[in-house]
Amino acid sequence: MEIYLDKGNKSTKSGFGEGVLEAGRKNKNVVGIGADITTSVGMNLFADIFPERFVSLGIAEQNCVGVAAGLALSGKVPVFSTYGVFAALRATDQIRISLCYNDVHVVIGGAHAGISVGPDGATHQALEDIAMMRVLPNMTVISPCDATQAKIATERAILELNGPVYIRFGREAVPDFTDNDQDFKIGKGQLLADGTDVTIAATGHMVWEALEACRLLKEENISARVINIHTIKPIDEEIILKAAKETGAIVTAEEHQIYGGFGSAVAEVLVKNNPVPMEFVGMPDCFGESGKPEELMQKYGLIAINIVDKVKQVMKRK
Amino acid sequence: MLLFFTFRIKINFYNFVTLIYLEMNYIKKHTIDELADLAISIRKDVVRALKVAGSGHLGGSLGLADVFTVLYFNRMRHNPDNPAWPDRDRLILSIGHVAPVFYTALAHAGYFPIDELQTLRKLGSRLQGHPGRDHHLPGIELSAGSLGQGLSVAVGMALAAKMDNADWKVYTIHGDGELQEGSIWEAAMSAAHHKLDSLIALVDSNKVQIDGRVSDVMEIEPLAEKWRSFGWAVFECDGNSIGGLVETYQKAEKISGKPSVIIAHTLMGKGVKSIEGDYRWHGRAPNAKESEDFIREIEG
Repeated sequence: MEIYLDKGNKSTKSGFGEGVLEAGRKNKNVVGIGADITTSVGMNLFADIFPERFVSLGIAEQNCVGVAAGLALSGKVPVFSTYGVFAALRATDQIRISLCYNDVHVVIGGAHAGISVGPDGATHQALEDIAMMRVLPNMTVISPCDATQAKIATERAILELNGPVYIRFGREAVPDFTDNDQDFKIGKGQLLADGTDVTIAATGHMVWEALEACRLLKEENISARVINIHTIKPIDEEIILKAAKETGAIVTAEEHQIYGGFGSAVAEVLVKNNPVPMEFVGMPDCFGESGKPEELMQKYGLIAINIVDKVKQVMKRK
Repeated sequence: MLLFFTFRIKINFYNFVTLIYLEMNYIKKHTIDELADLAISIRKDVVRALKVAGSGHLGGSLGLADVFTVLYFNRMRHNPDNPAWPDRDRLILSIGHVAPVFYTALAHAGYFPIDELQTLRKLGSRLQGHPGRDHHLPGIELSAGSLGQGLSVAVGMALAAKMDNADWKVYTIHGDGELQEGSIWEAAMSAAHHKLDSLIALVDSNKVQIDGRVSDVMEIEPLAEKWRSFGWAVFECDGNSIGGLVETYQKAEKISGKPSVIIAHTLMGKGVKSIEGDYRWHGRAPNAKESEDFIREIEG
């Protein structure tokens, strides 16, 4: 098993901010859109260096998305970021029609995603955004696992993709463990640890927890494969089906509702091809609350030991 | 040697002129009389298309025939032979349901054959019930139909033009009922904040919506004051007067430092006396008999 070491904690949002800046340096058509929390989402890096390409639109997510569509239709490459919960859910109809139906290249940064946004409480915790975004035709949904990957994913999404893109990232500092020169392709999962008894397919912050779970399981002589599915749509069917065939059971892990999100996307792949036993780690169909990020992750069953428990359950069903 | 250079310069000059001619070969500015005749033809083709379609929005389409005629045949800089011309003026139809008059104006301008209007709303047609760019009909800037979104997109376009120091304009068309959507006012606020004087919106003020009179369903007055307080230059005119529309657009195009809105007072069903102002014709299409009668009424 490869050893992934925490290079130090860093938020995935800082990776997003660096990615936007880097893309802005390489393509003069990149335009940033701010909705009042520019610094908080890391876009100040871009705005400070390219003020003439940054547009402040205030707390008006619906308008931000429409304006982004208009910019894209006129040759710009707009990047818009705010709280994932407001970007994805308040402006869903604008995303559906103005972005997706028009199939314009706009990158939406869904910031402060998951329950780890902590003390702000339920209203600000994006736990349904993956589900909302992945049902939309033409949409690409990306959920990087750490700051380094967030930077690479953001830059590639802006510079290389076409059509609308939703990139999800968190606010809290979390382990930064992937390499700058990692093999990263949008739409291709990553094998982080090989194993034969079970597969843990994880996305976003839960990838680190999955690696932790893998270490814990090894102590109990359970060989767990860990795959990082950073692109939820289009999903990498190949890596999932290979894992199903070779390990015979899958546990998914996401910082999102279990209904309709990443786990459901994996289940859709399995059900039509090779329906091996499966368990889900995610928010159990309820709203979050205030608390420290680690307290909430623990309370709602989103840490390594919860993945270990689900692994044991799923293995009984093999 | 001198002769050679003169010759070269001449060639280059002709190339340049040819290029300019190809790029600028947009629709000529029609006279008021020509526009009036065109509006009649467009109204008749709207009725014909809706009869064949069997469903669609007749009232609003007839009410806006004069606005579309003025925009496509007098005000806008565009070239049907080159719909993607970067310097063209843009038209954003925020109320996609009046697609019949939009398509008819595009066809008359030469974007596609007039015969194709007969495919309106049919399976496989480029003429979707609400405009869809995915069906590749030339001349459509935006797939739209969900109310309240077009003004935001227009703001994005005007911002892009401003960043590029381009001189093209963005014209939008909204319904009065559509102004009940909150997102319109988010967009209105942002257009004024960013001083987008290349943006000229038009409100089709026909005072009716599906449930009845706008003032009964949800009052939007005082409308001019609302726009003015949002930082817009506001104009009002008879939206069924070709001369009035041309004159008002000319004034709006001269405004600098702020966006403009034209509140155009129109009559739903305009041109067909027997249905003028009748909100029941908002979302109806005529049958064969009605269509014959309506065309006769339009011809007067």
